[in-house]
Amino acid sequence: MLNEPANNTDVVDNAINYKAKLGLKLFAVYGVIYLGFILINVLKPSFMKTEVLFGVNLAIIYGFTLIIVAIVMGLIYNAICTKKENEMNKEEAA
Amino acid sequence: MNYTASRIAVLVFLMFVGFVLGISFYFARKAKSAEGYFAAGGTIHWFVNGIAFAGDYLSAASFLGICGLIATMGYDGFLYSIGYLAGWIVALFVVAEPMKRLGKYTFTDALDSKFNSKGIQLMAAISTLAVSLFYLIPQMVGAGVLVTPLLGWPHWAGVMMVGAIVITIVATAGMTSTTYVQFLKGGLLIIFSTVLVVAVLNKGLSTEAGENTFIPRTIEAASVSPTVTTEHGGQSFVKIVQDGTANWWIDQQDGTLLEAQSKTITAKGELLYNGAPKTANKLKSVGYITKLPDGQTKTGRLGLFKYFSTIQGSEIVRYPKSKFAKFDDGGDHVCVFVPEITAGEDLMIPGQKFKLKSGIGKLNFISLMLALFLGTASLPHILIRYYTVPSARDARKSTIVAISGIGFFYILTLFMGLGAMTLGVIDVESGNMSAPLLAKSFSLVLFSVISAIAFATVLGTVSGLIVATSGAIAHDLMDNYMDIKMNDKQKVFAGKIAAFGVGIIAIILGIAFNGMNVAFLVGWAFAVAASANLPSIIMLLFWKKTTAKGIAWSIGVGMVSALAIILTSPNMYAQFGISATPIHQLNQPGIISIPLSFAILVIVSLMSQKKADAVEA
Repeated sequence: MLNEPANNTDVVDNAINYKAKLGLKLFAVYGVIYLGFILINVLKPSFMKTEVLFGVNLAIIYGFTLIIVAIVMGLIYNAICTKKENEMNKEEAA
Repeated sequence: MNYTASRIAVLVFLMFVGFVLGISFYFARKAKSAEGYFAAGGTIHWFVNGIAFAGDYLSAASFLGICGLIATMGYDGFLYSIGYLAGWIVALFVVAEPMKRLGKYTFTDALDSKFNSKGIQLMAAISTLAVSLFYLIPQMVGAGVLVTPLLGWPHWAGVMMVGAIVITIVATAGMTSTTYVQFLKGGLLIIFSTVLVVAVLNKGLSTEAGENTFIPRTIEAASVSPTVTTEHGGQSFVKIVQDGTANWWIDQQDGTLLEAQSKTITAKGELLYNGAPKTANKLKSVGYITKLPDGQTKTGRLGLFKYFSTIQGSEIVRYPKSKFAKFDDGGDHVCVFVPEITAGEDLMIPGQKFKLKSGIGKLNFISLMLALFLGTASLPHILIRYYTVPSARDARKSTIVAISGIGFFYILTLFMGLGAMTLGVIDVESGNMSAPLLAKSFSLVLFSVISAIAFATVLGTVSGLIVATSGAIAHDLMDNYMDIKMNDKQKVFAGKIAAFGVGIIAIILGIAFNGMNVAFLVGWAFAVAASANLPSIIMLLFWKKTTAKGIAWSIGVGMVSALAIILTSPNMYAQFGISATPIHQLNQPGIISIPLSFAILVIVSLMSQKKADAVEA
């Protein structure tokens, strides 16, 4: 049933610091986009009515962007982390 | 509305419940050890865990609550979708891997990994209990809401049935069965929601409401003889007897009367809808389009963008609760459901629920968005799922699977909510059933399947929450804090007894909070979680001066301040019919309680620096 071998947390991961820093950077980027959404709504809610794409307003497009960007950033983060883990942990093993 | 059960709905429902219980019993053999019971032995595949994450997260709040809020309040409901999803960014980029590395069964393990502090063990366990109970309330409310149209049972009976089934599941097999239930349910929910959205887009939009939708008639005021006229909230309401039934009409001040739907509790305690008993089925569903762009009456099939732009250019009749007129007519308590015509362009931006033109509205909005963003990574039943996979890498991968599945689903919520709003399927008394009723407007089979999945959603989420709370009691409180020496079997037994107790409490709370929007209730759970847990998690990971006392105080103050603000909020007064003026106007506590929790952690940590070594020892 798709189960995996039991926990291997004892394995040394040399990429921990790299991943933590990358995570914080990406978190900051997303935080700024999220903050922008909140600020527009608080400071000038009517601006959200502006049609920006195919007649659809900024509120919908910005909302969808926040969701899609989260998915895309997650995939990018995972790809970079996996690559770094393979590189840094292979060096250690060698 | 008066709901009657259909055979097919009952059949599909029983099949789902039977299947869920079957999985539970099958995996019971894996739950003999404590690790097996609380963390599925740490052997779940990352993809299964990711979809199970989605299953955990796409709870009654997401499917029932968000769709219901969008159906009744427009874009403001979608804010919950955005915030819930954005919270996963914190979980993925900041919390996932460290939590996996530091913990064992519960998030208290991770918080306490550097200190072995009794204070942390106690406060984190209490916080887990508080957050999980707050999260349990909307799930149980949602369960009752679902069972009413499915089986025709009253709300309380639905709540009790869910409680009984979930206690059976959790007491049988723990985290392994919960994971596989969530995996299947999460996958099915996404698939069938997609089917529903395709149906909505294929149908398009129309000004011709369905036969079961309430379309008010207008009559000349001079043509009838009112028996009673009353004023409320600047409007006049007129009671007219027609065909032996008395009902209320709204005086439009132009010589005409607009027909209204109403609910009356008579002096004798009899419940009447539109002047007749509930069984007469007089109360109809609501919500329809009065005007489409360019004078159209029907659009036909619509694409994704065209669907939104068409609604932006339309006018829609809604029934917001804030417009309901409640007054006494002699000894009768009357509630008239007053309609409001709203421009589509106003419904497609925030502002219907969160009054962004007022200071307190802005504050509530910021507070909610902050709590949703920071709450996900602090939910105990989400955090324990990091311990069910073999490694930190698997924890990360499963989080990404979760984000993808959940993000896709949240995009669907906007279509489902707007579909319910415009196709005249909303129960005027509660928006919580909007998505299943939308499915019913297309097909009884689709309704049956979607309702059964939604019910399984509640079962799975409640199971996860009860596993988290039983872990907090048996592992954190009894084993660690009280030092009650238990072997593996005893610890599992203690967890099961705890699960039983929490299940009973959840049933009571589910009945007490009937009628509140479930997404709104979950918003509170997020606020308590973000206030109590997140500052500790973040500071433990990134601030070396964090001490055990700082963490314990931060959890305590964050939790108590969030709970205090919620319990004294205007919404809580309204829920329990307290007529006194609330002591404050804030409905969302996060903007105060989260910074306060951070501040307390910093202050107490700095004050206890010299004693830190002693605490750690």
